[in-house]
Amino acid sequence: MNKARTNPFNTTAMHGALILYTLIALFPVFVILINSFKTRKAIFREPLALPDAESFSMIGYQTVMKQGDFFLYFQNSMIVTVATLFFVLLFGAMAAFALAEYRFKGNTLMGLYLALGIMIPIRIGTVAILEMMVAGGLVNTLWALILVYTAQGLPLAVFILSEFMRQVSDDLKNAARVDGLSEYAIFFQLVLPLVRPAMATVAVFNMIPIWNDLWFPLILAPAEETKTLTLGSQVFIGQFVTDWNAVLSALSMAILPVLILYVIFSRQLIRGLTSGAVK
Amino acid sequence: MTALTLTNVNKSFGDVHVLKDINIEVEDGEFVVFVGPSGCGKSTLLRVIAGLEDATSGEVHIGGTLVNTTPPSKRGIAMVFQSYALYPHLNVRKNMSLALKQERQSKAVIEERVAKASKMLDLEAYLDRYPSELSGGQRQRVAIGRAIVREPKLFLFDEPLSNLDAALRMNTRLEIANLHDTLAASMIYVTHDQTEAMTLADKIVVLRDGRVEQIGSPMELYNNPVNQFVAGFLGSPAMNFMPAGFVSEGDTRTLGVRPEDLRLQPDGDLSAAVQHVEHLGGDTNVVARVKGTQITARLFGQHSIHQGETVNFGFSPGRAFYFNADGLRI
Repeated sequence: MNKARTNPFNTTAMHGALILYTLIALFPVFVILINSFKTRKAIFREPLALPDAESFSMIGYQTVMKQGDFFLYFQNSMIVTVATLFFVLLFGAMAAFALAEYRFKGNTLMGLYLALGIMIPIRIGTVAILEMMVAGGLVNTLWALILVYTAQGLPLAVFILSEFMRQVSDDLKNAARVDGLSEYAIFFQLVLPLVRPAMATVAVFNMIPIWNDLWFPLILAPAEETKTLTLGSQVFIGQFVTDWNAVLSALSMAILPVLILYVIFSRQLIRGLTSGAVK
Repeated sequence: MTALTLTNVNKSFGDVHVLKDINIEVEDGEFVVFVGPSGCGKSTLLRVIAGLEDATSGEVHIGGTLVNTTPPSKRGIAMVFQSYALYPHLNVRKNMSLALKQERQSKAVIEERVAKASKMLDLEAYLDRYPSELSGGQRQRVAIGRAIVREPKLFLFDEPLSNLDAALRMNTRLEIANLHDTLAASMIYVTHDQTEAMTLADKIVVLRDGRVEQIGSPMELYNNPVNQFVAGFLGSPAMNFMPAGFVSEGDTRTLGVRPEDLRLQPDGDLSAAVQHVEHLGGDTNVVARVKGTQITARLFGQHSIHQGETVNFGFSPGRAFYFNADGLRI
């Protein structure tokens, strides 16, 4: 930032606001974390107290490890999320490249059609999707989830990526054409690295709703071996008794992988690669 | 042999007719400059030659082969872009060798050509740097190096100097001229800057509104422009135009006199009110008004002329150009 334009008061106020926001945003996560390390009684007696020698307990984590196949659920969630992100980014980027780069009849119309999905929630079609999955024999497979989530993520991906791809300099693409790169090479070797920040944005936008989704796993893949983490955690929430220790522990552990994925993608967000390419 | 032949080339974008019946020949080893105001179609013409745009009709021959349907990389050309267009994620060495790798040249050949080009362009110290770590001039040299290593039949330059500052522009201009001498390659150079055109070209093609106005050597165009547009476009400061009636009563033609052909002459035909004087040391530019028409005179040496004075300019009749109402020279 320009040094001449900063004054101590503004800086303090700005940082104060940001810190306040961070505290508010992190508070629920903090409560989940501390309570996951407490005994059941301590959770209800003093929900906001830190675990001490007396109230400390790993019972929640032990239950989670023993009951249900936590690692399988975990693995399922991971497979579904990563595979979906891969397909959304690959197909989304390809469609975006075609829309941004080539002049063909119906280009704008096609772009609008692909973006339409942003406005229509995919859950409206749940019944039809379920029927389709039954007909295709995909119920209770991870593929069912991957396909649905890919369809759900594509519209936004195409929309965002095509905007970014339009900004990649034409000269650069033309230089590559003169140098003999095929259109595929231009796409994979030149354009994709340049729109990496946009890809990271799309990945982050898509990742969290998929990871947290309960709806489609419950409907399309409720079998024991295809349960995702969110669905798996539901065994601890009963109609009459809820094992809060286990629920909180499961949730705490579920935060970790998203956090790691987020860190990976957000590093890309800040990295501007275009500098020095043109001008 | 001809390096490039364009026969009746037309290009339209939808209803917009951008290039109209272009016929140009470029001989082997020739340096040809396309010059014209912005929007005249010179860059589009270069793209058609490169194969980045298809000609709507007409034929493009490079080195005697019809290339209308040949992709850019197979045309035996190399192009230098205005914005350099370096690959940001590759270092200088890889930027220069990418095209050769695509051609499946052997490692030894690539190594040798990159070494040769980087020596020619003084880039040896920068081979492992990335484009973002280079200055504008260095980036431009890398872009030129990327073209040289391909050893093309035809070099295409698309306004390569317009992003550089004045001093660097002059140096790079010289470098390009030297390069042309060393490589003895055919080059096509697009610019809107008439100084670049005059200094670099063996042959200048003046374009306006997608039409070729005149083709010829710089001095031919300077001494013998076919019309008012070419006359006004080449030369700096630009040629002065005024009604010929100013010097001979009843003449309806347009008179054109170059600023450098005007001289101070107490009994001169043009009595002018001085508006502004630019003292450049070696030259003095005088901007003045003759009966409401602004003229510029470029006088050699230093003169003490002041704003508001009235001076008389004269010129030798042999240095005057006359144009009819349509702008054609007569």
